[in-house]
Order: sequence, then C-alpha cells, then structure tokens
Amino acid sequence: MGAETDLREDKPIGPAKAGREAGLAKVIVITSGKGGVGKTTTSAAFAAGLALRGHKTVVIDFDVGLRNLDLVMGCERRVVFDFINVINGDANLNQALIKDKRHDNLFIFPTSQTRDKNALKREGVERVMEELKQQFEYIICDSPAGIEHGAITALYFADSAIIVTNPEVSSVRDSDRIIGILASRSRRAERNESPVDVHLLLTRYDPARVAKGEMLAVEDVKEILSIPLLGVIPESESVLRASNTGTPVVFDENSPAGRAYVDAVARFLGEQREMRFLKPERRNFFRALFGRA
Amino acid sequence: MGFFRLLFQPQRNSASIAKERLKIVLAHERAGRNAPDFLPLLQRELIAVVGRYVEISEEMIRVTLANSGDTSSLEINIEIEGAKVKTKPGPALNAAV
Repeated sequence: MGAETDLREDKPIGPAKAGREAGLAKVIVITSGKGGVGKTTTSAAFAAGLALRGHKTVVIDFDVGLRNLDLVMGCERRVVFDFINVINGDANLNQALIKDKRHDNLFIFPTSQTRDKNALKREGVERVMEELKQQFEYIICDSPAGIEHGAITALYFADSAIIVTNPEVSSVRDSDRIIGILASRSRRAERNESPVDVHLLLTRYDPARVAKGEMLAVEDVKEILSIPLLGVIPESESVLRASNTGTPVVFDENSPAGRAYVDAVARFLGEQREMRFLKPERRNFFRALFGRA
Repeated sequence: MGFFRLLFQPQRNSASIAKERLKIVLAHERAGRNAPDFLPLLQRELIAVVGRYVEISEEMIRVTLANSGDTSSLEINIEIEGAKVKTKPGPALNAAV
C-alpha cells in the first residue's frame, strides 16, 4: 500500500483504475446461488487467510436484512454504523469499518438490518468500493443467496469470483447458473473487459461418502462446471465450532477445514499446493476415543 | 435379508446418477441461457399462424437454436399429428398476434 496515494492524485473520479494498474485492490466475490453452502464461512476464512498472508483485507456483508458476517467474525457487539449508513452518507467509511482484534490487516464491513432490500444502490456501492480500493489490497464481498438484487450487486464489481459449491445436485446446478450470470451481468462483462476469473471451492466434502459412491466426487463437479478448482474443504466439526465462537476457521490450526482454507488462499495467491483431505481419514482408535476431529 | 438386498440393489451408485442428471439438465439450461431473446416471441407468432389452420397448443411447437462451430441453425418442429384441422381458417395474423 502506500504507493497508491501518488497514483490517485491526478484522477479524482477513477482512482480505482490506478489501484488496479498497480496490481492493488482486487475485488473477490464469494457466491453460490444456493443458500447454506458456506459462503459466509468461506468469506470469513478467506479474508482472515489473506490477512494472515500479510494482505490488508476487508470483508463486506452484502446480505442486507440478514446480517450474519458480524457473528461469524465475532464482532457483532462492535457494530455501530453499517454499509447502508455509509452509502446514505450518514457515516463515513472509517466509522463503519471494524478492525479485527486478532489481526491488524483484517477489517469487517457489516451490512444493515433494514428490510429494504433495494437499499444497496449501485452508484452508492460503487462510490464505497472506490473508496475501499484506496485502503485495501483485497475486498471480499460476501454475497447473499439467490440471484436477486443483493446477489447481483455483490458480484457486479468483482475481479475474481469464488463459487462455493457443495457436492450435491441443487448446489451444482445453482453454481452453474451463477457462473452464467457472472459472465453476462458483471461490470467486466458489461464493459467488455477480460471476464471475471472464477474459481471453484468445493465445501462440505465427505471423502468417505465419495468412496462409497454416495456423493459426487471432486472430479465430477469439476468436470460438470468446467472451472478451475481452488480447493476442497472437508466436512468438519471445526466449522461449527468456529462459528459458535465467532472465529474464522483458519485461526484453528488443528482444523482440517482451516488448513484446507489456508491452502486455498495460497493457491489463490499463485502457489502450487497439493489437494489434501480427498481420501477418507483412517480413524485412529485413540483419537476417536479422546481426540477432537 | 442379505440375499434380497443383493437382488434388489440398484446397479449404479447414487453419485453417478447425480452426475448424469446434472449433465443433462445443465446442457439444456446452458443452451437456453445463450438463446437470443426473440425465440419465445417467434414461437408465439408461429403458434398464431399455424393456429389459423390447425388447432395446436404451445407444447406442439419447438423452436431451438443450435450452434456447431461457425454455423448456427434454427430448428422449428411443429407436431400436428392428431391436431384437428380447422374447416375455416382463423382470423388474419395481425388480429391473432
């Protein structure tokens, strides 16, 4: 960071372009179409993972009316101003941003609990995004489920998309739908720029059930959706434990899911890492008796 | 019990059934997604025209656009087998649409 202040001097309206040209400020949408597949868990884990790698990151909740990212991030009691307040000019950005207590690079931007789903005006969101790009390297947009206004607004500004998918028919179908929407309705598509780069993140993967032929294998989902695979997150008790305590799962070093997210973040940053947790775990007798999953 | 289960056990596991079903439904949906906007209107107008002479319903006309390589072809399938032929043609097109 630091360099972008020089870049922005001569262009008060389009400072984002300056950030992008310098390789800064990447907008990543976490989306899926289907609900309950792990978007917010992934948003929290990915944002925390990027922060752990030394990147200044903000994670934004786009699910207006159903605020939950604050709970998953463990900052629900620190919310004063929200996304809609900033869009409406009732608060400035820095009043609304919540600095994570575990990591200096990590910030949370909570959404509003208003019932007016159309409160996310595109021009307002754009203005806020441009402002965020001045401060952050990565902007993670936690999309609501569905393909309505909120979900479209969340993906509109994206440079990258992480498609969170469960190995299950309805989730795969909805992922395919959202990939189509990214290709046609994102800002990059509208402006005929290079397309949003999409990544598949397979979550709640159960290798034992895959081995028994009861669950779609990672190769199957990859083949059907034909987008590059960013990672496979195994079904893990630690994910519920993490949300219970309001801790992004990457902070749990003993968690297979947490380690799988750390790998996925590393791959996103361009590292080669072998896929783990694809084979059924052999249950150790003593671990089964005394240990935690 | 074990014998019966063996006898009635489905041949394929459920994951491979899921994969096949997804492939088929997504192939269909992807084709529809890229279709130009005029197809539904074209279909409605065709129904109106053909409907002047034969009693047909919406599902008897299928309009599909197929792309293969550089060429795309518009395929119109009208199924009139079993449809009742009208003794007197219906009102002219302008009135029908």
